[in-house]
This record gives sequence, structure tokens and C-alpha cells, in this order.
Amino acid sequence: MTFDWAFAWSIMPQLLWALRITILATFLGMGLATVLGLVWVLLRRSPWRIVAWTAHYAVEFIRSTPILVQIYFLFYMMPEFGLRLSPMVAGVLALGIHYSAYLAEVYRAGIESIPKGQWEAARALNLNPVQTWQRIILPQAFPPIIPVMGNYLVAMFKDTPMLSAITVLELLQTAKIIGSESFRYLEPLTIVGALFLLLSLLAAQAVRWVERRFDLKELNV
Amino acid sequence: MSALLDLIPSLLGGLWVTVQLTLGGALLACILAWLGGLGKRSGFWPVRWVAIAYIEVFRGTSALVQLFWFFYGLPLFGIHLAPMWAGILVLGLNIGAYGAEIVRGGIQSIDKGQSEACTALNLTPFQQFRFVLLPQALVRILPPAGNLLIELLKTTALVSLITLSDLTFKGMILRAETLRTAEIFALLLLIYFGLAQLLAFLVRRIELRLKRGWHMEGTS
Repeated sequence: MTFDWAFAWSIMPQLLWALRITILATFLGMGLATVLGLVWVLLRRSPWRIVAWTAHYAVEFIRSTPILVQIYFLFYMMPEFGLRLSPMVAGVLALGIHYSAYLAEVYRAGIESIPKGQWEAARALNLNPVQTWQRIILPQAFPPIIPVMGNYLVAMFKDTPMLSAITVLELLQTAKIIGSESFRYLEPLTIVGALFLLLSLLAAQAVRWVERRFDLKELNV
Repeated sequence: MSALLDLIPSLLGGLWVTVQLTLGGALLACILAWLGGLGKRSGFWPVRWVAIAYIEVFRGTSALVQLFWFFYGLPLFGIHLAPMWAGILVLGLNIGAYGAEIVRGGIQSIDKGQSEACTALNLTPFQQFRFVLLPQALVRILPPAGNLLIELLKTTALVSLITLSDLTFKGMILRAETLRTAEIFALLLLIYFGLAQLLAFLVRRIELRLKRGWHMEGTS
């Protein structure tokens, strides 16, 4: 059996169409993860020990259990609470929640990289907490975080095929359907692999470019 | 609690498959990570290119896509892999590619002056690698490698999608049979969490063992 280029070409439009869903799920998931990650960090910095401790273990738990099981959990469990989620919504929620645990670690590292003197100086200047965060801490903590977030965006992109397990019509699911209809799995699966490779290499390049840009800026200051 | 306990026996077979996949995948990944990491630093360009191609392809495509490709794609070339072997192979190849970058980074982080000192001391390349490079690189490689091992454990759940009856697969079957969705998923997540904590604990133990006799962390 050889790779049939004519067949590969004929299924291309269908796969490119499905790529839209993959990309949509990635960006929606990342948006959710970005916000939720921040919530985790704030909870972990809570003055109430019980809240901080619970958030810490929740993040640890989410990080060390398989995202596939989390996807199933959301998809099959929510109806029991009377909330029927469409596969896409359940998938995006699972991606967002899973990666929020990783982003919480990233944010924490970013915040902890700010020297203690900055906090003390802010206090000495009589800045209130909002001003301290908004004017002093976040502007310094954010730039080094950006490339790391880019890497997690790529990682999430590569995790979206798991949504096929709950029948989201993304790239892999579409390839499987083409395969089962035509009995040719090689071409659709190879194209899907190639698309993932192409897009993640491009994204990695973009992340590197951003990294260089920020280094440049820091040097100029 | 007893409601949870009576589910455990039906999951045990799956747990064993998950453990086998994790151990087999880790062994293969370990070998490939060293080959890939050292290969990428090779002075001989064909070796370097093969290493780079391997790392980029397996890091750049999704693990699940790789799994399907090996499971559905390879038979078309007349290569039939049992699901278990396909699982171990893909897990090893995928995680090994990430590991290669860790190995490369660990070796690269060691000061160049050290290899110059080794040359000055007339150490053979093997001695340099075994007695100077390796002990220092290992200490740096181990913490990220431990995280990767947990990633590997989590990735094993994917094999349930190629009909391999691991923990997740058994859980899904049990769910279909008993409809006790909440308990089964809670139990699954707890078992994976427990396994991950166990792996993290073991890696920390090895790390402490390797660091014995070291006084400064990260600097020496």
C-alpha cells in the first residue's frame, strides 16, 4: 500500500475545515486557562490558610491526572448534576481547567521572580495593593511569562485531538471518519500529523521571536 | 467508601496495564532521550540531523495522532503491532523526544571550562563523560525528567482509545456496566493521582541519593 496523493488531495478541504474547530478549541481553552490560572494564584495567596491549602492541592490534583479522564469526567458527570454540556463545551472546559493548573505555576514563578525590595519599595511609597500590583509587580512579572504561555498554547493545541474521544468534530475525529468511510487511514492520519507539525513548528518559531524581542527590549532599557 | 472499594477489583487488571505501559514507555523514552540528546550535539552532521528530525517530529505532532498513526497506519505497510507494543512504542518515542531536550539542556548547562580541564588532565572522552559530565548532568536532568515521567503516566490514558484495556478503558467499561459514573471517575482520578505522587516521591528519593556529598545545589 502506498500513499495515494490524489486521495490525500481530495480530503484536504474537509480536514482544513476541521482544523478551524481545533484552533477554535485551542484559543477558547487558552482564554479560559489564562483567567482561571490567575484565580488559582490569587486563591493560593489567600491569607486564609484553608483556602490557600485547598487551592494548592486542587492545582496539584488537576496537574497530575490525565486530561482524557478529566474530559470524560466533565462530559459524563455534568449531566448527573442536571447540566448537559455539548461535547465542544465540555472539551473546551476540560482543556481550560487542565492548563489553568499549569499556568497557575507559571504565574507564581513570574510573581516570585520579582525581588522582595520591589514590594518593600512599593510599601515605602505608600502605594495601595491595587497600585502595587498594577504599577509595580505585574508590569515586571508579565513579560517573562509570555513565551512560557506560548509554549503551553502549543501544548494545548497538541492535546485537542483528545476531544475526538467525546466526538468533537476536530481534526483527528474528522480523519477517523474519513478513514472509516474510505478504509484508508494512512492519508488522513498523515495529513493530520503534518498539519500539527507544521503549525507547532511555526508557533514555536513565533515564541522564539517574541523571546528575542523581549530580550532586546530589556537590553535597551 | 465501601461503595468505592468494591469497584477496585475490576479496575486492578487495568491498573497493571497502565503500570506496564508506564515502565515500558519510561525505559524506551530514557534510551531515546539519551540518544536524541547526545545525537543533537554530535559533530557528525547525519547523526545530528536524524536526532533533530526525530525530536521535532515527535514533539511537533500530537501524541494521540502518533498513536493512531502507528495503530491504523502501520498495518497498511504490513507492519502489525499488538496494541500493547504500539502503546509502549509511541509513548517511548513521544516522551523520549521531550526527554532529549532535557538531556541536551542538562549537558549544555555544564561549564565549558570543565571539558577544557578534562583535556588538560588528559582524561579520555569516556572518562570525561562518565566521571565529570554525567554526575553533574544527572542532578540537573532528574527534576525535569521526574515531571516528564508524570506526563508519561498521564499520557498512558490515551491507549484506551486504541482498545488497550488500561485503567481508563476499564473505568469506561465499568461505567457502561454499572452507571456509577461519579464514583468510577472519582476513583480513576484518585488512582492516577496516587500513582503520580508515588512517582514524584521515588524521583525525589533518587535525587537526594545523587546529591549526597554535594554541598551547593545548582552552583557546582
